[in-house]
Amino acid sequence: MHIHEEAVERHVLAVLVDNEAGILARIAGMFTARGYNIESLTVADISEDHAISRITIATNGPPHVIEQIIAQLDRLVPVHSVRDLTESGPHVQRELALVKVAGKGENRIEAMRLADAYRARIVDASTESFIFEITGAPEKIETFVTLMREVGLVEVGRTGVVAVSRGPNAG
Amino acid sequence: MAEKSGADILVETLMDLGVDTVFGYPGGAVLPIYDALYEHPKIKHILVRHEQAATHAAEGYARSTGKPGVVLVTSGPGATNAVTGITDALMDSIPMVVITGQVATNLIGTDAFQEADTVGITRHCTKHNYLVKKPSDLAHVVQEAFHIATQGRPGPVVIDIPKNVQVAAAEFSRNAAVANSRYQPQTEGDFKDINTAVEMIMNAKAPVLYTGGGIINSGPKASETLRELAELLGCPVTSTLMGLGAFPASSDKWLGMLGMHGTFEANMAMNKADLVVCLGARFDDRITGRLDAFSPNSKKIHVDIDRSSINKTIRVDLPLVGDVGRVMEQMIAVLKGRRFATPDYGEWWSRITGWRATNCLDYPENKKEIMPQLAIRKLWEATHEREPIITTEVGQHQMWAAQHFDFENPNKWLTSGGLGTMGYGLPAAIGAQLGNPDALVIDIAGEASIQMNIQELGTATQYRLPVKIFILNNEYMGMVRQWQELTYESRYSNSYSDSLPDFVKLAESYDWTGIRIEDPADLEAGIQKMIETDGPVMVDCRVAKLANCFPMIPSGAAHTEMLLTEADVKGTMDDQAKALV
Ligand SMILES: Cc1cc2nc3c(=O)[nH]c(=O)nc-3n(C[C@H](O)[C@H](O)[C@H](O)COP(=O)(O)OP(=O)(O)OC[C@H]3O[C@@H](n4cnc5c(N)ncnc54)[C@H](O)[C@@H]3O)c2cc1C
Ligand SMILES: Cc1ncc(C[n+]2csc(CCOP(=O)(O)OP(=O)(O)O)c2C)c(N)n1
Ligand SMILES: [Mg+2]
Repeated sequence: MHIHEEAVERHVLAVLVDNEAGILARIAGMFTARGYNIESLTVADISEDHAISRITIATNGPPHVIEQIIAQLDRLVPVHSVRDLTESGPHVQRELALVKVAGKGENRIEAMRLADAYRARIVDASTESFIFEITGAPEKIETFVTLMREVGLVEVGRTGVVAVSRGPNAG
Repeated sequence: MAEKSGADILVETLMDLGVDTVFGYPGGAVLPIYDALYEHPKIKHILVRHEQAATHAAEGYARSTGKPGVVLVTSGPGATNAVTGITDALMDSIPMVVITGQVATNLIGTDAFQEADTVGITRHCTKHNYLVKKPSDLAHVVQEAFHIATQGRPGPVVIDIPKNVQVAAAEFSRNAAVANSRYQPQTEGDFKDINTAVEMIMNAKAPVLYTGGGIINSGPKASETLRELAELLGCPVTSTLMGLGAFPASSDKWLGMLGMHGTFEANMAMNKADLVVCLGARFDDRITGRLDAFSPNSKKIHVDIDRSSINKTIRVDLPLVGDVGRVMEQMIAVLKGRRFATPDYGEWWSRITGWRATNCLDYPENKKEIMPQLAIRKLWEATHEREPIITTEVGQHQMWAAQHFDFENPNKWLTSGGLGTMGYGLPAAIGAQLGNPDALVIDIAGEASIQMNIQELGTATQYRLPVKIFILNNEYMGMVRQWQELTYESRYSNSYSDSLPDFVKLAESYDWTGIRIEDPADLEAGIQKMIETDGPVMVDCRVAKLANCFPMIPSGAAHTEMLLTEADVKGTMDDQAKALV
């Protein structure tokens, strides 16, 4: 017998939650408990009184699973709202990465050139290393990191995506 | 405002919320609360013998009274012992509030004595949980916990209270105004959808109402409304295991339970219907069988208060989020507004009559041994006029009880459906008896299951609870043995109940009455003696050892592939079917 797997879609969800102890464990744990995937998850408090946090979750799954994920998130008591940004139309997705590269000679020059092409900023430099700061859609960061591998990638830190819908309204 | 200790705030808030009974077990981390209870004797504390039993007793109390069950246990082992019952309540949507003691806040995380990460452990087996870090938060948390446990889809809520929070003081005044909770589930159905539902109903030629535990959750009024709706529509009604009693078994519209061990007519009606109206049920895998073969030609309406129950396994045509009792009222109003007249479902009913004629619940006659089905039926005959509350353990006996004991009203049937927890029945009966002191409460048990919380015999004795236990003793974990017959060529791996206690002597040692019934000729007299005996009684009813529970939809099969009797069982299962539960 073999286990059958279904085709998946990637969705980005914006979740507003009460900023309370254990909330991250509650959300992340719900994903593991029910066998859902998390590609990335970011969280920070966003309201003036620090009472509400916004969690951006990039997930993937077959459409009926995405629908369940949203319903399961929505029924958690500290969750105020769940929005499927992928479903609700045009939106901007951004991620920030810090990329450390070490090397000398030709590799060092090539790294600089690539960084320039990708509009990455140098935020730290020594004679044999750079740290680049790059922001963009996750695919852009992915490509940049892949290129850096060839010229001496040492370390990379990524924030995971945050996303906001386009136009004047929230959501 | 006067200052009070956290423990006093807790106990007084419980009293304000109308709590009269708490099921619990003391220990170091809850001593301040126990001391507060000592001072407030208005709350009756039931001392169980194991914390798991406290949770099941609270479930039994809740399901039979409609009020939330309340549990109090200590930190560490007290809390971990409660986890099974908390999970059980989550699966079966039972309102319950569990208060657990915790080590002092400054000790949390240090592997202190009897420390367990209760909030972490119970996060995904509760509807919500709290760690209370200040006594001033307690009153609000407790109020919100009861609100969450009882509103929307009911479920268990855990409140973990560190010992120093129980001792420390905060300002508190009784009956202070309750803040509006952030948790406000939708109860009213969307009006447009109600109208669409009514359209679908008016166009149906072969509709069936598929009802579930949600009707019981909604309260007794929903059962009344269901009767009215069924009468108005004139269509057949089936129910899940969890919904039994919401619709009277004596009605000519009643098809019996559906699903794996449901009736042939209920499953065939689901399969051939052109409209399925799901009312507070969740398309569980015991119901659907093979998903792609489930009710293939019907339009489906799903009324549920929890959006996550909708489209979880079966896609429906019309989701309707709301309280099922309220939504049925809305439907009736629109139907009446449109001068709906009961259509002629003659053809549909004649097909149903044909399915009914299989008499699928029949079982072989046996002069020498007591057939378990007969024992259940005789128990029903002897007791149904008293409208007993029936609890069960888990196994064949549970299914036979569901099939052969007829229920006319809600809140009389308490069983562990979703988690299927052996050991549920006796503590649940204790909880039900406390909530309904004058009721006849019977736990229909298996000899294996009853041993999982047998220590609770002592609890019933201590509180003078006249609960009855009726063991269908087949000397097997019958349900396991049945699956081994169907799936593993009768290799009975570890399913024989060896070294059983003498249940009569065991009963007597706890000051219960013990009765043994062995001969079919003594069955009725034995049951009569059980009912007539004051105080708690345990009956060891020896039944046919190898009887199996039919009808049955084998796992991975469609509704149309029911096994009606032993004779239909053939061959073995493939791996695909074996992999399903
Ligand atoms: C050995 C064994 C065999 C079993 N065999 C069968 C079988 O043959 N047939 C069978 O039916 N079951 C069987 N079960 C039980 C089965 O596992 C499930 O527990 C059961 O089918 C679920 O019942 P339900 O769909 O009514 O849902 P419940 O678990 O009762 O859930 C209630 C549903 O209603 C919703 N709800 C709650 N409150 C409201 C409200 N106020 N308004 C609207 N909706 C509400 C909830 O969100 C949920 O979706 C068996 C169990 C065991 C242990
Ligand atoms: C706590 C727990 N462990 C294991 C099971 C699996 N199980 C389901 S039914 C059953 C056998 C029950 O035997 P018994 O109580 O004698 O009932 P019978 O089926 O014979 O009527 C078992 C082991 C379970 N449901 N619950
Ligand atoms: Mg048995």
